[in-house]
Amino acid sequence: MSTDIEAPRSGRVSPKYLRSGKSVGNFEMLAWLFMRLSGVVLVVLIFVHLYLNLVAGDGIKGIDFGFVAGKWANPVWQFWDLAMLWLAMLHGTNGVRTIINDYAEKTTTRRWLKGVLYSAAVVIIVLGTLVIFTFDPCPVINGVPTVADYCPAP
Amino acid sequence: MSTQTTETPEPASKVELPAGVGGGGEIPTFDITLRVRRYNPEVSDEVRWDDFSMTMYGTDRVLDALHKTKWEQDGSVSFRRSCAHGVCGSDAMRINGRNRLACKTLLKDLDTSKPILVEPIKGLPVEKDLIVDMEPFFQSYREIMPFLVSKGHEPSRERLQSSEERERFDDTTKCILCAACTSSCPVFWTDGQYFGPAAIVNAHRFIFDSRDDAGDMRLEILNDKEGVWRCRTTFNCTEACPRGIQVTKAIAEVKQAILARNV
Repeated sequence: MSTDIEAPRSGRVSPKYLRSGKSVGNFEMLAWLFMRLSGVVLVVLIFVHLYLNLVAGDGIKGIDFGFVAGKWANPVWQFWDLAMLWLAMLHGTNGVRTIINDYAEKTTTRRWLKGVLYSAAVVIIVLGTLVIFTFDPCPVINGVPTVADYCPAP
Repeated sequence: MSTQTTETPEPASKVELPAGVGGGGEIPTFDITLRVRRYNPEVSDEVRWDDFSMTMYGTDRVLDALHKTKWEQDGSVSFRRSCAHGVCGSDAMRINGRNRLACKTLLKDLDTSKPILVEPIKGLPVEKDLIVDMEPFFQSYREIMPFLVSKGHEPSRERLQSSEERERFDDTTKCILCAACTSSCPVFWTDGQYFGPAAIVNAHRFIFDSRDDAGDMRLEILNDKEGVWRCRTTFNCTEACPRGIQVTKAIAEVKQAILARNV
């Protein structure tokens, strides 16, 4: 009488745990580095922004349409707000991306969540950039100039 | 004729001890309840919790309580243990929600007024009771090439190393592959794709070894999307390590090494 002895299981891994191929490139490394560097820059950008808008001068009472218009008339603040928009959006999007990677268990769930995330990020970045550069506080609509105390007299 | 010499045996050594010294007194005893997570796929797919009550001594460990349970109360309780002294790394389990070696956790250090929860380590497939399938864990370990790789000819003498060079990776040589760190990592729990702290610790052991020449290859392996960059520095691994390895620090050092190599 012969007995069949099963081959040792060593080396046989449940397919759930097998990694699907090797990833190429340094994307994850660069994303990790970007998080650290953008984080440091954002601390400066955001706190100066908060101080100037909410504390300095008239403080929070000074904020109105004219205040924003005045700031964006200066290319420095245009650049400042642009950098803040882009860095904050990319930093936040990458953060949520890693959270999705950590918590979504199925590949399809992951793909859907990331699709929604990336679409939202693109819309906000494009819209924000457009507003910063095309913002006109005193537009001329149908030949009628806007009358406001911060607009130059027509 | 030779004369027989009778050797007088050496008298037993005798130390005079004053009364009251040496006797440790009676070891305190206490009653505990061990609540073990039971799973036997041959009987039922349902998981259940079994309580076992017993009287234990102040010098006993969780492993002793498991032994007492298996030997005296329910022989079907299954768990792994080999050396029972914190060296082999067989009996890592979740004790009161924390990954510990059952053989290094003293009962007196736990809250004995409540049942002591004993579960298998998380993130790996449970086979029976406290036994999990360790193959995925060892697969990641194999992938980082946990052996010395050297270029050139076989040396004719020992590969010498200064004590400073040895010190560089001393901490990560202590790993006993118990999987307490990897199975305490929330990133590993999600889908089991992450290489896990233990694999990175063992890669670290060779990456920073001056005698090894395959550091670049190991760094490249761990630069994967499931490699070191999935570490979120939650420090669960460092907290779980029964050998006191600074696991999160080792992972950070591997991250730095990959950065230094690629940037």
